[in-house]
Amino acid sequence: MSARSVGVVVFPGSNCDHDTEYALSSVCGAIVRMVWHRERDLAGLEAIVVPGGFAHGDYLRTGAIARYSPVMTSVQEFAAQGGPVLGICNGFQILQEAGLLPGAMLRNQHVQFLSQPVSIRVERNDTSASAGLEVGQELTIPIAHGDGNFYLPDGELDRLEANGQVVFRYAGDSADANPNGSARRIAGVCNRERNVVGLMPHPERAAEDALGSSDGRFILDAFLAWRAA
Amino acid sequence: MNIKARVYVTLKKSVFDPQGKTIADALLSVGYAGVADVRQGKFFDVSLEADSPEAARASLEEMAHKVLANPVIESYEIEVDG
Repeated sequence: MSARSVGVVVFPGSNCDHDTEYALSSVCGAIVRMVWHRERDLAGLEAIVVPGGFAHGDYLRTGAIARYSPVMTSVQEFAAQGGPVLGICNGFQILQEAGLLPGAMLRNQHVQFLSQPVSIRVERNDTSASAGLEVGQELTIPIAHGDGNFYLPDGELDRLEANGQVVFRYAGDSADANPNGSARRIAGVCNRERNVVGLMPHPERAAEDALGSSDGRFILDAFLAWRAA
Repeated sequence: MNIKARVYVTLKKSVFDPQGKTIADALLSVGYAGVADVRQGKFFDVSLEADSPEAARASLEEMAHKVLANPVIESYEIEVDG
């Protein structure tokens, strides 16, 4: 299989862009192009990652300003054509604001910024970021966010579950297992077409044993291997 | 004409407000025993050019819906000065 060409979108305030670039290229072997948020040309790219950070300072709301950056129109077109898009943490929030993924993030339930490893359970293995994983598999990957408390009204949560759009859930029974208070322990979701996935944990921060866990590679490798049906 | 308006954005009543809860707890701990609940939010003072207050309101509605608030979790109210 030839190496995949992946675009990593960079906003003013992105701060996981280089970690993501390193994990995708040096660890996973992809060819990475950094895409500045004012660019519109995604030609030649086979997958897009919207990385974590504080795009546009998260002024107003997380992701609210970034979602109107010029590149997002191209990302929306890319997704509409079935291209795989992965949003990590702030990237997930941006994809929610853009309407590419469902839900919104509230402030963490205890109003603290959380930076710690968490255990997440794979709920679906038919999405661009989880194909080939085992349902029920648990991955240890760090979170680092202040607004990761996934919210949708109950009726819409039911619909999300019925559509099989919950991709990852915070796992474990301890009081700390769902640290941000997410509805139904949701850590990651996909769109109905399953090519766009967002998750709050940072797989790029768990891509090598030297980082304490290499479980993030399961997600990054799955994402790089995914081909639209 | 130049119009001044204020747009209030708050979490919907049905949405838990972790910041408001923390602020309420703080007020209680300071000694304000009567505090039952706090909901926090923000407002935007917007100065804009429009043909009429009605036109300004229509424009502000769109701004609030598209940008200033996230309709999944937030609601908004608009006040337009005379």
